[in-house]
Amino acid sequence: MDLEVAAGESLALAGANGSGKTTLLRVAATLLRPTRGGGEVCGHDLVADADGARAHVGLLAHRSGLYEDLSPYQNLAFASRMLGLGAERRAIDAVLQRVALAAAAHERVRALSSGMRRRLALGRLLLAPPRLLLLDEPFASFDAGGLDLLESVVRETTAAGGSVLVATHDLARAGRVVDRTVWLERGRVVRPPADRRAVADVPRLVGR
Amino acid sequence: MSRRRAGEITRILAVARKDVLVEARSRANFAAVVAFSALVLVLFGFALGPDEAALTQAAAGVLWITVIFSSVLAFQRAYLLELEDGALDALLLYAGDRRSIFFGKVLGGLAFVFAVEIVVVPMAGVLYGLPVLSALGRLLPLLALGTVGIVALGTFYAGMASRVRAREVLLPLLLFPMLAPLVIAAVKGTHVALVGDPIAAGVNWVGLLAGFDAIFLAAAYLLFGAVVED
Repeated sequence: MDLEVAAGESLALAGANGSGKTTLLRVAATLLRPTRGGGEVCGHDLVADADGARAHVGLLAHRSGLYEDLSPYQNLAFASRMLGLGAERRAIDAVLQRVALAAAAHERVRALSSGMRRRLALGRLLLAPPRLLLLDEPFASFDAGGLDLLESVVRETTAAGGSVLVATHDLARAGRVVDRTVWLERGRVVRPPADRRAVADVPRLVGR
Repeated sequence: MSRRRAGEITRILAVARKDVLVEARSRANFAAVVAFSALVLVLFGFALGPDEAALTQAAAGVLWITVIFSSVLAFQRAYLLELEDGALDALLLYAGDRRSIFFGKVLGGLAFVFAVEIVVVPMAGVLYGLPVLSALGRLLPLLALGTVGIVALGTFYAGMASRVRAREVLLPLLLFPMLAPLVIAAVKGTHVALVGDPIAAGVNWVGLLAGFDAIFLAAAYLLFGAVVED
């Protein structure tokens, strides 16, 4: 695979289940070490300088990565401290407002709906916007407001010179925000299939 | 547009604070561990019978068994909350030395186990007729150093076992044999502090425990990065 995402570019990764989309995102996020080959994020080697790469990456994964016994505010305060931003109340409140969770700021995350959790997970990335934003099936579980927010975050990231990599089956939705689509099959970049809809709709058909 | 990076001390304190906060918010785990510890103390008390001398002789061992069992529950919980909704991945994604996560978890674990000890040690004193108050000066360094060793090694192995399905079985299997020398030193030292023992009194148990702590912490410092690598 030879793939480059330019600054200011957003790219969708398409392909059937098991084609390597999530694996590619996890390698780019330094959560998986590549068995062969390598890559760079903002000039930082993913293996030799994984920590340098990590400083520029933000990942919205399948699972929210939140602490269920803590509140949205406490989750964001923890993330803020880990990012070296302190736990500045105004910044956290601003993010909570942006993801429409100000009213639930002190509820337990356990009590939130899946759409609210997704918005909170996205809000964590807004504390310090990454230069490479990795989104793994981002259109699942978001409510309507969350999807609009997600799209605006993608546009803001690329407008600020960042890059976005979206692994998705929902190409119709992704098409609204990405510049181009790359198709994967068994870990390789392939030409787009003749019937794109058939591949893109597999999970939805299975889910019915 | 570049992400900021926290200092390692900040990251350590953030992880510790978060773990303590989770425990404080859920509370159920602490209550369960204290109840379990009380049960162990009472059951051993019944098993040893009403003989005061037998109770006193066994007290140090029973106390440390209680501390170890309750600590294991704390270690498992500390990583379980990271696995609940993929929080460990999010934690590993923050830029910085991953060993800060280990030291933060050790601090959080220490806060938990010390809190359990604040309840358990006086309870053992009452049930086993131990002079806890008068021996407090000698007892505290032994409890502190013994607990640091148990928590350091336990946190390390819990991290290692956290991604394995049979983690509840694996953790004690890995941990208990490695803890044996430290626990023997802690039990002997506590026995000397509480009851007195002319043969064992000549040994510097506090120094020995400090040595074990240094070894465990150094080994964990060197190896933890590899442990959390997928």
